[in-house]
Amino acid sequence: MYPEYLTESLNAVERTRPARLEKALSGQPVFPPMNEKERRDVLTKYHPDFAAGSKRPIRIGPNRGEELTTEVAEMLEAHSMIEPKLMDIHLREPDYETDLLIIGGGGAGCWAAIQAARNGVKSMVATKLRMGDANTMMSEGGMQAAVSRSDSPTRHYLDAMGGGHFENVPELVRVLTEDGPDVVRDLENLGVVWDKMDNGDMQVLHGGGTSRKRMVSCRDLIGATIMRTLMDEVKNHPDMINTREFEPAVELILDDKGQCAGAVLYSLDTEQFLTVKAKSVIITTGGYGRLHIRGFATTNHYGATGDGLVMAYRAGAKLAFMDSVQYHPTGAVFPEQIAGFLVTEKIRGAGGQPLNKDGELFVFPREPRDIESAAIIRECSPDRDMGIDTFAGRMGVWLDSPIIDLIHGAGYTRHQFPGICRQFDRFGIDIAKQPMLIYPSLHYQNGGIAINERCETSIPGLYVAGEASGGVHGRNRLMGNSVLDYNVFGRRAGQYASEYSKSVTLGKINVNHVTAHAEELVREGIDTDLVSPLILPSYTPEDVKIQQMARLGNIPARHSMLRSRFSPGERKTHL
Amino acid sequence: MQKTDHKSIHGSGKRQRVRTNMVNVFIMGKRHVVPEHATIMRAIEHAGHQIIRGAGCREGFCGACGTLYRLPGDYKLHTGLACTTLVQEGMVLAQIPYVPMQKAVYDLEKLTPDAGTIEKVYPVTFRCVACGTCSKACPQGLPVMDYIQAAMRGDIATVADIAFDCVACGLCALRCPAEIIQHEVGILCKRLTGRYLRKESRELDERLGEIRSRKFDAEYDELMAMDKKVLTKLYYDRDIEP
Repeated sequence: MYPEYLTESLNAVERTRPARLEKALSGQPVFPPMNEKERRDVLTKYHPDFAAGSKRPIRIGPNRGEELTTEVAEMLEAHSMIEPKLMDIHLREPDYETDLLIIGGGGAGCWAAIQAARNGVKSMVATKLRMGDANTMMSEGGMQAAVSRSDSPTRHYLDAMGGGHFENVPELVRVLTEDGPDVVRDLENLGVVWDKMDNGDMQVLHGGGTSRKRMVSCRDLIGATIMRTLMDEVKNHPDMINTREFEPAVELILDDKGQCAGAVLYSLDTEQFLTVKAKSVIITTGGYGRLHIRGFATTNHYGATGDGLVMAYRAGAKLAFMDSVQYHPTGAVFPEQIAGFLVTEKIRGAGGQPLNKDGELFVFPREPRDIESAAIIRECSPDRDMGIDTFAGRMGVWLDSPIIDLIHGAGYTRHQFPGICRQFDRFGIDIAKQPMLIYPSLHYQNGGIAINERCETSIPGLYVAGEASGGVHGRNRLMGNSVLDYNVFGRRAGQYASEYSKSVTLGKINVNHVTAHAEELVREGIDTDLVSPLILPSYTPEDVKIQQMARLGNIPARHSMLRSRFSPGERKTHL
Repeated sequence: MQKTDHKSIHGSGKRQRVRTNMVNVFIMGKRHVVPEHATIMRAIEHAGHQIIRGAGCREGFCGACGTLYRLPGDYKLHTGLACTTLVQEGMVLAQIPYVPMQKAVYDLEKLTPDAGTIEKVYPVTFRCVACGTCSKACPQGLPVMDYIQAAMRGDIATVADIAFDCVACGLCALRCPAEIIQHEVGILCKRLTGRYLRKESRELDERLGEIRSRKFDAEYDELMAMDKKVLTKLYYDRDIEP
């Protein structure tokens, strides 16, 4: 139920709807899309990536001297959880040995394990929380794949390049777009129930920045559907795939030839360090939404703390595009309990429109995400002041969802968006009858560990797939390309890493790079009390946390999250 | 009990301080004072716990945070997801982060979409006494019993349709007097539906044929070699399907 004081604004949305509907049905754009100059303008003035203090040069490691997102730089310039000297015995007698270690049990990780098994290679999946506790589980709207006759993989390529401001790595975008249709079929054969037309063809919709309808979907629960299918398949191969839950990796292990040779895990249950010796390693740890960059609420799952970046960076892998953050244009802002929750872009793909407090459109509803978000922030900024305040102190704009049933017919919203409907029903808001209040929410790590089309990094034996990798999206990902990303590259990583495992010979294993990292921190005069990877964010109230830390003294934290200075709404940056 | 909580200002869409009323909740029997608008998950964190088991996506998709609770003056044992259920005065709660059960190991390629498969893979399903406890337990409000009945009839597509929004928290399986693993039956039936009961897409077959025959190679090579200026122009000039 919306509070009284919003009635006037809600009435404005109702009042403008008939004219907006007429325009939507006419086939013309409901608002003029921006040209190149307008896009640049709104981005540089309003996108959070361009705000003062959003980036700073990193002082250590392979990207030394480059500007990175400030929170990322801080996290990389932090202490390791392990004391290398004390690891010797664990390295002499590893706790586990495997042909392939996959770090992260989300979509990319499961795909890698399945593909390696198809290739006859046994693997171990070590994951921080449960299998499937990943952003994969949460994607709602759809996956891009050029399956229609009017579309083509090359057209998809052009859309993705334009969305990424032509900075994407072309070879990666090519395999992303060209593998797309095959991923659709492969998933279907594993038992994913796609939304289909009566004739069996895929139902396709628009997403932000698409020039053809290309979004395939599973109602508004594509992630949960794919994730549960992949997880189920992983569990059907207990002889080939060994899964370890609540055992996140905290450092990589190399050998004396500089090859990646495993990882150090940290058991969240027993607080033990466990070593894994592996012929090859795939990082599928996902992104970093739980760093709450610039204090933004996030759509991300609990464990999205960018651990893979930290481990790979210390081992010497280069990062790409780590100066760019994706804010999803439509995170919920009301009610407060679901602030930051994702409201799928499929709502706009189906005709939903962002409106200001007067019920007027102020942006083309399907601009690429960075543009759309910047336009919403501009509308709410003091420059325009056309946003709507919530009584919990947030602001936002309307997302007109009732127009969807008027376009597609009654009942469409309830059937196509069961997840979002349920989310709002809990609070007495029927989105088929009333609009939602939204504001951009921290959503996606555009960049990551640099890879090639075989998912290889600059370290032999280290592969990366999914959100943890960087290059395919440039500095802005389009909707539906991350679901495609983890499917395409997870499968590829499983293939290429398992092939590599068949022939590689490992030397003596060590964690010397962790010692070197500690020395570099000292050499650069970096004084920090932060321990990373963060593993989990801390939402403990400040007074409780201070007492917990007092108990810990100067000893590295029991869990690094207890030392986490990243908490929503309270950035305690002392730098 | 009145207390205030403060939120800071930092250009992320928030700009006011907020006053919050507090309520009493009993987390595994121990009283804590938490903000009245908190979800169960936020309340547990407000009480100073670092959740390790019992939180996943935090938005109602993953089923990590199944919770049982009772309310004052109410005999009923309620269920909810901690991430999206609000606290109430006097709520007594316990999280159920894991439900013991055995997922059957099977080869999807060797199954058929019918009652025989359910009988073979999850025979316990047929112990259903239609008591409806599973439906009452579902925090998603799904008519779980209806899909278990459909599974027994071999109506696999109906199971997939009803169980579509299942978050696999396992609370149904925990409460079931017949010890059925409802959510796993749901996942099996969804996979059977996607694999065997779909209508094939001819359009997709054609596209896969085109890709296999390397139809797009020349176009890709041209685009990938293209100067950024030319590519930019091509992009902004491209037609957009209405």
